[in-house]
Amino acid sequence: MADELGRKWDRCLADTALKTVTGVGIGIVFSVLFFKRRTWPVSFGSGLGLGMGYSNCQHDFRSPYLIHGRVVKEQS
Amino acid sequence: MLRVCLRGVKATAQKSSGRIRLTNVQQCREYTTGESSSASRVVAAGLLTVTGGIGGTIIYAKWDHKFRAAVEKNVPYSEWLLGLALGPVSQDSGLPIRKPMESIQPPSMLEKQMRTSKAKSEKKLKETTEHGAQDSGPASPQPAQNIQEASAEATQIISAISEVQSIPAPCDTEPTAAAGDCKECSDPNIALETATVFQDTKSAGTAEPLRERSAEEVAARLAQQNQDEKDIITSLSAQLDDSLASSAKATLQAIGAQEAALQAITQHTHKLKEAMEAEGPSEEKSTQWKDLEAALADRTTSVNDAKTALVKANEALDSLKSVIDKSKGLKITAARPLILAAEENLHKMVVDLDKVVSKVQSAESEAKIVAQYTELVHEAKQQFQREVSSLTPEIQANWKGLTGKLSTDDLNALIAHAHRRIDQLNRELAEQRVQEQIHMEAALEQQRAEDQRALDKAVGTAKQHVKEEARLEQERKLAELREVIEAEMRTQLRRQAAAHTDHVRDVLKVQEQELRAEAEQELSSKLLAQETRYRQLTQEQLDDFTLDMNAAYARLKGVEEAIDSHVEAEEEARKAHRLWLSVEALTYTLKTASTESPSMPLEDAAEAVRASCVENDFALALASALPEESLKRGVYSEASLRARFNSLRSLARRVALIDESHNTLYQYFLSYVQAALLFEKQQEVPPTQLRSEDLDPFKLLSYASYCLEHGDLELAAKLVNQLRGEARRVVEDWLIEARLTLETRQVISLLSAYANAVGLGTTQAP
Repeated sequence: MADELGRKWDRCLADTALKTVTGVGIGIVFSVLFFKRRTWPVSFGSGLGLGMGYSNCQHDFRSPYLIHGRVVKEQS
Repeated sequence: MLRVCLRGVKATAQKSSGRIRLTNVQQCREYTTGESSSASRVVAAGLLTVTGGIGGTIIYAKWDHKFRAAVEKNVPYSEWLLGLALGPVSQDSGLPIRKPMESIQPPSMLEKQMRTSKAKSEKKLKETTEHGAQDSGPASPQPAQNIQEASAEATQIISAISEVQSIPAPCDTEPTAAAGDCKECSDPNIALETATVFQDTKSAGTAEPLRERSAEEVAARLAQQNQDEKDIITSLSAQLDDSLASSAKATLQAIGAQEAALQAITQHTHKLKEAMEAEGPSEEKSTQWKDLEAALADRTTSVNDAKTALVKANEALDSLKSVIDKSKGLKITAARPLILAAEENLHKMVVDLDKVVSKVQSAESEAKIVAQYTELVHEAKQQFQREVSSLTPEIQANWKGLTGKLSTDDLNALIAHAHRRIDQLNRELAEQRVQEQIHMEAALEQQRAEDQRALDKAVGTAKQHVKEEARLEQERKLAELREVIEAEMRTQLRRQAAAHTDHVRDVLKVQEQELRAEAEQELSSKLLAQETRYRQLTQEQLDDFTLDMNAAYARLKGVEEAIDSHVEAEEEARKAHRLWLSVEALTYTLKTASTESPSMPLEDAAEAVRASCVENDFALALASALPEESLKRGVYSEASLRARFNSLRSLARRVALIDESHNTLYQYFLSYVQAALLFEKQQEVPPTQLRSEDLDPFKLLSYASYCLEHGDLELAAKLVNQLRGEARRVVEDWLIEARLTLETRQVISLLSAYANAVGLGTTQAP
């Protein structure tokens, strides 16, 4: 269980890096393609990527504490 | 002042001179007297009065003895002082020892009035009191005035000795002989009794209540007396016999001598008569005369012998008499017959001697007459012879044989002479006849006087003899009477004794019966007691035996049970041993865990344990309580857990802030920063009670670390269990592992303890 955190961090970082790079790439792409080589899609994309990665990471870290609930229709 | 004195004293001490000291002291005193003169004066006056009083007392005590005695009695230590001053008290009062002696005198005087000297009696009585022998018994003749009192005494004493109601013997009323008897027979006792009595009571009366002596004492005394009497009697009899024998011998000798003398005298006279009357020839005459001379010589010798013998006999008789008197003086009853016999013998001897002496005397007188006659005849013959020879000178003597030789002248002369002679003789005869009467009267007178003398002598001797005989007769009668009285007394005493014995017999019979009854009772009671005791004992024995039997049976049973249980125990022990072995194996498997890998799976060992404790539910339960994981996979060792914890610790520190609510990445960042910046002790001693601030993860981790370092996995696990949130999640695995290990270890330790216990229980200590 102690490794899990490490693994999680690994995943998290990797994922974040990937997403950031992917976001950067997509940003570049979009910046190149659609937004006349402006930098804002790159930062947007990196941010998007980072954010996603961060969120993922957080979610991953939070996952043990998340309580999954279902709405159970009341049988009257 | 004092200082001056002291100085003075010191000076004198240094100089060591008495006078100077005295003067110094005197100087001191002079210094001091000035101030205390009145006190000293008072003291001096007091001293003076005291000494004056003491001196006066001493002087007066010297003068007056009563005062001295009073002072000595009342004032303590005064007798010492007075003794010192005056000498010891002079002996005014007589010695108390003399009193009994003096008091003994009056009664003894009654008995000893005839005694010559009082001193002798005192001495004798002292001997009596000292030796208690009979020898000192008074040997007085029996005065009449003593007899009655003495007889009364005798009665009392006899009653005292014999403890019997004494009837005064009839002899008491006849004081003359019988009481003398009583007195005599109890006389020795009287002396002793009175002596002892007066020694005891110290009174001077004769009729005193006498103290009874014990029977043994009396018997001893009587025996002693008897013994003494016997001794004296034997000695006396020996003496008497001796003297009797000697006197008898002497008397016989004397008598024999006298008889011989008598014989000799008669012989001599006879011979003389013969010689006078015989007309035989001259040779015969000469022989006769020779015989006569011989006879005369004989007679003289025999007479002398007789005289000496008589003297000796008289001496012997006198000695015998003295012995008799002495023995009479001893006054012993038993010796009296001896004395009597001796006296009789003496008397007889005296009588015989006197008779013989008288015979000899008569013979001597006869001989004298005959001698006178012979002398006359001889003288006449001589004269005739002279005449004849004057006439006829040629004719010699012995003219009878000369008838043929005579001539006529001679014859005529002779005849004439004869005639003349005849005439002369006739004239003489006529004269004689004339003077016959006168001569006869004178002769008769002479004879009468002689006869009177002889008669007187004879009468005297006869009177003496008769007196002697009468006395002897009296003594004999006395002795007889005494015997009779003695016998009567004995019969009386015997009668009393018989009565006493009868009484005693009756009493004894009664006593015997009583005692018998008592004894029987006691015997029966004792028997009963014994029986009960015996029964009790047998019962006890039976009980004991039963108890023993039961005990033995129980023991036997116990032994059997013990053996069985032993067998069981053996079995148990074997099982326990097996269990233990399996548990040991199980324990060993734990050790197989290395630092990284867990131990061997405990499956087999657990199986073995389970196998080895099939019947044992406890062990079975325990064995099955082993966690599955440990069975399948095995457990980690503590070392590995410790190592893991160390790595975990940092991780847990890093996520210390993260929990359900705080789990954003920012929190993560913050917790990382906290972990980087917060420093806590590596190991901290955990407190016994956790407070709320101890629940800080960092603290907990340090506590746990400490615990782990010190080998306390359990506490560490407990502490780690307090972690919350992410830290908890992080150490969850470790915790599980730790729990597993702990569980397994616990189970195994339990099993081991159980196996040990069982093993201990079954093992029998040597």
